[in-house]
Amino acid sequence: MTALRRVTPQLLTLAALVALVTLFFPDFLRIEVVNGRFVGTIMDILKRGAPIGLLAVGMTLVIATRGIDLSVGTTMAITGAVAAWSITQGYGLGGALVLALLAGVAAGLWNGMLVAIFGIQPIVATLILMTSGRGIAQLVTEGRILTFSHEGMAFFGSGDLLGIPSPALLWLLTAAGVALLMRRSALGMLIEAVGVNRAASALAGVNATVLLIAVYVASGLCAALAGIVATADIRGADANNSGLWLELDAILAVVIGGNSLMGGRFSIAASLLGALIIQTIDTGILLAGFPSEYNLVIKAGLVLVILVLQSPNLSHHWYALRRAARTRRETAMDRAKETGR
Amino acid sequence: MLLTIRSLTKTFPGTKALDGVDFDLAAGEVHALLGENGAGKSTLIKCLTGAYERDEGLITLEGETISPRSTSEAQELGIGTVYQEVNLLPNLTVAQNLTFGNEPLRFGMVDRRAQLRQAEAMLEGYRLDIDVSRDLSAYSVAIRQIIAIARAVALSGKVLILDEPTASLDAREVETLFAVVRGLRDKGLGIVFVSHFLDQVFDLTDRVTVLRNGQKVITERTADLDRVQLIEHMLGRALKDDVVGHAKAHQAGREWPELLKFEGFGRRGHIAPFDLSVGEGEVLGLAGLLGSGRTESAELMFGLAAAHSGAARDAKGTLDLSSPRKAIAAGFGFAPEERKEDGIIADLSVRENIALAMQARRGWMRPIPRAEQQRLAEDYIEKLDIRTSGPEQPIGDLSGGNQQKVVLARWLAMNPRFLILDEPTRGIDVGAHAEILRLIRQVTAEGMSILVISSELDELIAVADRVIVVRDRRHVAELTGSEITTDTIVHAIAAPDRDTTEVLA
Repeated sequence: MTALRRVTPQLLTLAALVALVTLFFPDFLRIEVVNGRFVGTIMDILKRGAPIGLLAVGMTLVIATRGIDLSVGTTMAITGAVAAWSITQGYGLGGALVLALLAGVAAGLWNGMLVAIFGIQPIVATLILMTSGRGIAQLVTEGRILTFSHEGMAFFGSGDLLGIPSPALLWLLTAAGVALLMRRSALGMLIEAVGVNRAASALAGVNATVLLIAVYVASGLCAALAGIVATADIRGADANNSGLWLELDAILAVVIGGNSLMGGRFSIAASLLGALIIQTIDTGILLAGFPSEYNLVIKAGLVLVILVLQSPNLSHHWYALRRAARTRRETAMDRAKETGR
Repeated sequence: MLLTIRSLTKTFPGTKALDGVDFDLAAGEVHALLGENGAGKSTLIKCLTGAYERDEGLITLEGETISPRSTSEAQELGIGTVYQEVNLLPNLTVAQNLTFGNEPLRFGMVDRRAQLRQAEAMLEGYRLDIDVSRDLSAYSVAIRQIIAIARAVALSGKVLILDEPTASLDAREVETLFAVVRGLRDKGLGIVFVSHFLDQVFDLTDRVTVLRNGQKVITERTADLDRVQLIEHMLGRALKDDVVGHAKAHQAGREWPELLKFEGFGRRGHIAPFDLSVGEGEVLGLAGLLGSGRTESAELMFGLAAAHSGAARDAKGTLDLSSPRKAIAAGFGFAPEERKEDGIIADLSVRENIALAMQARRGWMRPIPRAEQQRLAEDYIEKLDIRTSGPEQPIGDLSGGNQQKVVLARWLAMNPRFLILDEPTRGIDVGAHAEILRLIRQVTAEGMSILVISSELDELIAVADRVIVVRDRRHVAELTGSEITTDTIVHAIAAPDRDTTEVLA
């Protein structure tokens, strides 16, 4: 019940957005079954939202430790490149997946060590990989767009299972798995404790260093999954554009999900709703048929409105305003009574 | 009356912080505001200074009803406040601090010379001989405190609220500060003085108001009260003799079975190698001046800093104390001095704060079931009388004494064999203070060994079976039994090196 209350603002926002888009594009909510697959704009959003959704899962954990991971976009490019390269080298699907995930783990270990062991501020530490990562990805692809044709790999981008697009399934399952792991084990509480006060947690015996490295590794793994999806979708690795600026969308998703950048309490479900909100905006703007040069401005405007509406200061002001109005009304009524007498 | 408060009420979710409190302040008096942590002192002050908006009640200043809605509005009305942690900016000069917010301008730029003159004028009459063009950080906390007062008086000039102003001052500095306060009183200011130090209350104040659980208990002339009465009013119950300031009944020649032994344990630049044996169920006291190496000793024992020499062993063999986790595994616990920075996890609930160390020991894969955490929290809330609206309240919302009790509960739940408490009663009120001392006695009677680090000698005398005196980063003396008196401890702390042997003899 409290979990539901936690995500109410995000649910309301999503509902309002859906209503808004439906106004411009009445077919938005329609889902049809074509050749045993669900087809419709909603399914499209679930599928297109996979990279942001996956990144948001890892990003939520990193942000809960009062960190940030700016490198996830480029990690997508690296892991996508590794996956495509492995396929073209004939390592097969299993080999490609394992190598791509290992690349994600390596990226996470790098970030985690810089943050947890060398004490570099997360924003700076992950900036290093953010800037160098595309270079690494280009080294892997040798500066070309590395294409492949492999049905098994392509399944992760355009396949479907039980009628549901596989990317959608992948991010929903990942998110559910991680959320369950956090709340069924003690990881969630320990991560929150480290995020709020690392020194005090360490004094209480929490292995803060290992936990910090672990969340960056988790973020790297999520980025690897996102990279696999992106690469499989276009059946090729584009080192320059894969995951470009997606780290910012992922951070935005976490923030729209009401998670504090100051660390501590987190909700993966809320971050996912945040990711869905962003993807709905992206898709909605395209559907509504605005000229494409307006897209980013409209998106920024909508995000601004959402964040202002969620601001705790606003609700405080709103409460104060209402109270002031009530007091004014009451004094007016009292005066009216007195003069009436 | 300069300031009158009538039936002031302020409610927070789950608690009534102030419940119909009356309070008067005359011009030219120092009025002490006393109460345990959580009694409502801070809330009352925050309502006065505009940090909180009151729910009900009336505040009048010189006959006018006021409802300040911000600190600056309160200042303009004439109510100035000086807090324990001085709210000035150490990286600015004294003059910049004094004129902050209304700097003298010339052609739209700050007029530095006028600023210095204005600052000097503001400090006139405070008997300070300081250079106002130097950075504030060049001066001691006591001088900063006086500068903060000068600023508050210049800005406000009717009511001055001093919230724990002496907490970090030494005795001489306190006297200097009091001279300033008395001077201001004689000039006709009304001064509200909040402090945990009862001696200072009797020394300085004209009247006393005691709050308890958000209600006013009494307002009396200070001269008409004695210490015991005052404490009883604060606690709301009669004092038992054994609670405060009485020496522990030391059984001569009592021996404790040895639990641990530190041999030649030391770290260069932190603490010289020391030998220390810890008896089972024994309370060790660590006395010494701030910075003498007390905390450093504790940090070494708990693995926060690695020892360069020596070893610790118990009956089974050498102990690995290379990190806090290892120390905890060896059955150690440590409640640090800086509660806010190193103790509490402010945003997490009381329940989670209590369960944290235990959870860390069990590892993330074996979560403590929610029901068990709940039981644990409720258990300790009752046992230690933690004032909270419930296990789910964030610990950051509790008062200092109650936060300390939660940190203690965290360690008691672990049932360590050796628990180190660094300044366990710092900044907490007399009631919680007594309870914590009682708790120390209780758990040691059950066999836990405790090391208490404290600046308050009374406290060490009251609980410790053996007192180790630390000076200049060396353990210089060890006192047992009837040797443990204020005199001997002070002597050992103050003695020059060659006298140490005499104290030991």
